[in-house]
Amino acid sequence: MADLTRDDVAHLAGLARIDLSDAELDRMVGELGVILESVATVQQAPIADVEPMSHPLPLVNVTRPDVVRPSLTPQEALAGAPESEQQRFSVPRILDEE
Amino acid sequence: MTTDLTRATAAELADLLGAGSVSSREVTRALLDRTAAVDGAVRSYLHVDEDGALAAADDVDRRRAAGEELHALAGVPIAVKDVMATRGLPTTCGSRILEGWVPPYDATVVRRLREAGMPILGKTNMDEFAMGSSTEHSAFGPSHNPWDLDRIPGGSGGGSSSVVASFQAPLAIGTDTGGSIRQPAAVTGTVGTKPTYGGVSRYGLVALASSLDQAGPCSRTVLDSALLHEVIAGHDPMDSTSVDAPVPAVVEAARRADVSGMRIGIVRELTGEGFQPGVQARFDEAVQHLVDAGAEVVEVSCPSFTYALAAYYLILPSEASSNLAKFDAMRYGLRVTPDGIDAPSAEQVMAATRDAGFGDEVKRRIILGTYALSSGYYDAYYGSAQKVRRLIADDFAAAFETADVLVTPTAPTTAFRLGDKLDDPMAMYLNDIATIPANLAGIPGLSLPSGLADEDGLPAGFQVLAPAMADERLYSVGAALEARLAAAWGGPLLDRAPDLTEVSR
Repeated sequence: MADLTRDDVAHLAGLARIDLSDAELDRMVGELGVILESVATVQQAPIADVEPMSHPLPLVNVTRPDVVRPSLTPQEALAGAPESEQQRFSVPRILDEE
Repeated sequence: MTTDLTRATAAELADLLGAGSVSSREVTRALLDRTAAVDGAVRSYLHVDEDGALAAADDVDRRRAAGEELHALAGVPIAVKDVMATRGLPTTCGSRILEGWVPPYDATVVRRLREAGMPILGKTNMDEFAMGSSTEHSAFGPSHNPWDLDRIPGGSGGGSSSVVASFQAPLAIGTDTGGSIRQPAAVTGTVGTKPTYGGVSRYGLVALASSLDQAGPCSRTVLDSALLHEVIAGHDPMDSTSVDAPVPAVVEAARRADVSGMRIGIVRELTGEGFQPGVQARFDEAVQHLVDAGAEVVEVSCPSFTYALAAYYLILPSEASSNLAKFDAMRYGLRVTPDGIDAPSAEQVMAATRDAGFGDEVKRRIILGTYALSSGYYDAYYGSAQKVRRLIADDFAAAFETADVLVTPTAPTTAFRLGDKLDDPMAMYLNDIATIPANLAGIPGLSLPSGLADEDGLPAGFQVLAPAMADERLYSVGAALEARLAAAWGGPLLDRAPDLTEVSR
């Protein structure tokens, strides 16, 4: 198993959209290393030819009739928004400037 | 019957209310007064809804006076873990990122409580997004164990366990992803059940790990948990993983408390080594009580359980990293603008918000999950964990061929001191060693008190596990054991807990 480096953790934090500080990165490298070493023991279990199990129930696709039913009003849906405008969520710019 | 309304069980309160000898307002008022007296020390609640609870109580009292047919638990107050969406009441999940959020809808569990006429007293504390075993990962500070205020009340549902243990509520809703109902019950001398996966709707339960999460009852007696289980269980079209089958006859089982001829399996891998001597001693005595009550003991082996903790701490972070991606600072919750950036992008705002709004444990698990799911590592980590999950489910299936229920100590130790394991995530994770397998397999489990450990005088827990959708067996065993233990002790275990009104003064 490859050891997790500080750069790896910074990359993962970027993928997870968490702007970790340098101090947080330093701490997390060590902590994650210990946890990873422990969880990697799953690879030592007798799992060759075992069917993966993603869910406790035998799942079937569940659908509902395509009919209109009551839902939140726009006011309710927007009630917790950090910012809203014209009955819409107002968000920061989503494109780069260049 | 007890006259102190705060110490009465839900079943006793239901009888008093039904007979008209007490009003729901009186009960609700007594519990709110208890909270005012002790919760400064215990800190079970993140939010108390005095006005809402009293209004709901008055409504039930009015309907009862008008002769309306009411639910058996109508007027019995309840506390709800802060991970359940409650319309008009703050729902934070113990996180800064949701501080001040007031959901515009009710979780199905909450809707069922309201429909049954149960006043909601408030929202209970929890580890942030239910990640933890002590409530120390709550962004709003830990709850305290009523048996010893310097110790943890368990987690993540330490608010719900301590609220019933400190007589602030007869009932509470918990959620259990790896033991968050059962381990808190064990360390506070209370009762809690994780129903069969899909037995209780997850609609409106803020998801931690969708294939593991299950809501259930917390109480001081086995019968009370069964009564609440029946209120909240049942099929819900709003949750596509909800089981479309009748609710197991849990109340009937709790009332009959019959274990004669039942085969009780002791899991070799979850006993002895690694368990505190006093916890093990109470467990062994409890097993003997069940034998005396007519049960038969068999030993079973579940060799794959050795890998359960490792599999769980890959599957849970993987699912959590995906579920928690919705906290993006756009539609609800916290929005933080990064320092020193003019006109930041949505992505930069999201990253700054998640850094400011999530605590350390949440960040650790999101990053671990992101790693376990990333290309090149998926097969080695998440894929292997899913295969181990299958082995664990197979072990349970084999064990239930020779045993009707399995029993283990609920947690390896009694309540540890606040702060003791905070800096060692792996040590914290080990608390859930006996509870995690049930979540991985989706089977139901119940914890009830087995007594006080000799070495520290603190409560130990006894866990019962049953096959999927055989939840009633938990209550047969739990109620039978509870009756024998109470007879041996000369009353409920919680009668021996300290008087908190002295402590908090």
